[in-house]
Amino acid sequence: MSNFSVTTPSKRQKWVAGILVTLYALITLMPLVWIIMTGFKSSADSIAYPPKVIFSPSLEGYVNLFTSQTRLTSEQVATTPPPATWYDKLVRSHQMVIVGPSRFGQRFLNSVIIGFGSTFLSVSLGTLAAYAFSRFKVPIKEDLLFFILSTRMMPPIAAAIPIFLMFRELGLSDTKLGMILLYTGVNLSLAVWLLKGFIDEIPFEYEEAALIDGYTRFQAFYKVVLPQAATGIASTAIFCLIFAWNEYAFAVLLTSGNAQTAPPFIPTIIGFGGLDWPAVAAGTTIFLLPIMIFTILLRKHLLRGITFGAVRK
Amino acid sequence: MAEIVIDNLRKDYGDFTAVEASSFKVCDGEFFMLLGPSGCGKTTTMRMIAGLEMPTSGKIYIDGEDVSGKPAADRDIAFVFQMFALYPHLNVRNNIIYPLKSEGMPRAQINKKLAEVSKILGIEDILKRPVGGLSGGDRQRVALGRAIVRDPKAFLMDEPLGALDVEFRERMAEELRALHDRMNATTIYVTHDQLEAMQMGDKIVVMNHGVIEQFGAPQIIYDKPATMFVANFIGSPSMNFLRFAGKVSPNDTSVLLGEHTVDVPRQLAAHEGGLVLGIRPEHIILSDDGAYRAEVLASEYLGTNQIITLNTAHGQIKARIRADKTVTTGANVGLKFNSAQITLFEEQSEKAILSELNEGVLEDG
Ligand SMILES: Nc1ncnc2c1ncn2[C@@H]1O[C@H](COP(=O)(O)OP(=O)(O)O)[C@@H](O)[C@H]1O
Ligand SMILES: [Mg+2]
Repeated sequence: MSNFSVTTPSKRQKWVAGILVTLYALITLMPLVWIIMTGFKSSADSIAYPPKVIFSPSLEGYVNLFTSQTRLTSEQVATTPPPATWYDKLVRSHQMVIVGPSRFGQRFLNSVIIGFGSTFLSVSLGTLAAYAFSRFKVPIKEDLLFFILSTRMMPPIAAAIPIFLMFRELGLSDTKLGMILLYTGVNLSLAVWLLKGFIDEIPFEYEEAALIDGYTRFQAFYKVVLPQAATGIASTAIFCLIFAWNEYAFAVLLTSGNAQTAPPFIPTIIGFGGLDWPAVAAGTTIFLLPIMIFTILLRKHLLRGITFGAVRK
Repeated sequence: MAEIVIDNLRKDYGDFTAVEASSFKVCDGEFFMLLGPSGCGKTTTMRMIAGLEMPTSGKIYIDGEDVSGKPAADRDIAFVFQMFALYPHLNVRNNIIYPLKSEGMPRAQINKKLAEVSKILGIEDILKRPVGGLSGGDRQRVALGRAIVRDPKAFLMDEPLGALDVEFRERMAEELRALHDRMNATTIYVTHDQLEAMQMGDKIVVMNHGVIEQFGAPQIIYDKPATMFVANFIGSPSMNFLRFAGKVSPNDTSVLLGEHTVDVPRQLAAHEGGLVLGIRPEHIILSDDGAYRAEVLASEYLGTNQIITLNTAHGQIKARIRADKTVTTGANVGLKFNSAQITLFEEQSEKAILSELNEGVLEDG
């Protein structure tokens, strides 16, 4: 067995690779861990210097994130009934009282609707377009594909001002529909290209076999092509969702009240005396969860998705 | 089951003609071979019969009905593809019953058909397996299963054994032929392997460059080739061609090959100029008193017989003789020809000249 064997790494090689991967994982996980930790700190601990690694955990950040509060004067303290729940108590210890839920829930819901809505649209339109490009004689196909790709050659935000004006004219500013359309527009070119690659790899014979077996063209598409393109569709969906979920610049520019998503909202959570860091961190943590779960669920597909082309089949 | 008639079928791709005015007839229950070298238009012809490709012109009749304009789904034929097109996301069972589901057949009946088909093909044990891990032979059986489960009017098979190992091909070929004999289903089978075509087919169509060269039973095609292409493509080693200038007239029973008179089947047409005398290696006899002389260049031992390469005044030729005859390289030997089996061709058009031997077989093609 040669020293340069590609198939079976030696024990030492395995160790070195393991250590490198662990180091890399630690470095990339650090900010994440810090955010999660900060979410469980008290306000004072969160800005302590030197930074506290050991601290007594508190749910203050999460309570502040989900509620809006107001400060009580000492007379008011005397007249209000004693706190009924654990979060009431927590808030009261800072001379505050909960007056209602915060806007975080609604912003989060906006993110979900806009993120998943635009992902669904991008992937469905992308699949149909990719199928057509892959299977049919489309006039000037190459030019069209290049044109579709070219929409990604500059950062989308470069077109911010025309889009802003267009949205204002069309009454799409600060609407969920507007944001869904915008993110779909941005994601569609990626979706078409990725999916075309996947559909190209499905031999046309499968559909022809289905045609001969007595299925219509459209039945052949959804009974044969769709199941086999599942991997491609899943990984495309993740890429689209990640973009739409994390998008910040357009969200700041085009939304304010009604359709604002979580990213522009979270950094503006202000407590008394400046930014409420534990609440910001708590919001970030919660915001990260859906995409993490989605990615972990689909990670097998995703891996095959990003390596497609390199590793065929 | 069905009779398939192809009438003047043509397919152009832009300026390129893939199939040029093909006509042939496949009788009910026949095992019909479409033979030709790679790229000659076999697959294109099959795809037109199946309805996956629309002909540029010409007609296709299945049981007398013109189906040229009908979609594939309405033609009721099964297609076994060059590469086995099994659906990878379904297991063996679901692959096989897929066509039945499209017809909306009741479940009990589906299961009955499935049991029947899997018994015929001997794949009862693998019904629950995903198709991904199957061996080539099993995949081909499943593909066949999907074809026969429907009781279609006809089977179209496009090089179904092409992806199998050599040893396995032979076994599958036998299985296929046996299956056909049991079911008696009209089958059109595409291959570029002349041996496969000779072994399996009731009838053979030989194609070249989109043109049908000849059409008939294997023995006819082998013994009475209509063109030099057919003579050369079929048989291994292929037919010997001795080119000479000369003249034939009707009722001639010999030609002048150089200064030698060679007997030939009684000729029925006239031609003057470049001629080609075609004779198969097994019809050449080494004989000391033969007037036509040749030098032995090499011999190749094949067990029951041997192939002798000879240098003649008309080029190199090969003879197939018994293995026990000793032939020394370099020796000068006399040759005799089995005259009843000689075909004369026109050198220019490469077409056989009509004679007693090939009378009645040339018009097809
Ligand atoms: N869709 C197509 N467009 C253009 N040319 C084609 C197409 N399909 C087949 N051809 C050409 O037609 C010829 C015959 O092809 P085919 O029928 O597949 O040959 P065979 O099956 O005998 O090997 C080939 O030269 C091939 O390149
Ligand atoms: Mg072919």
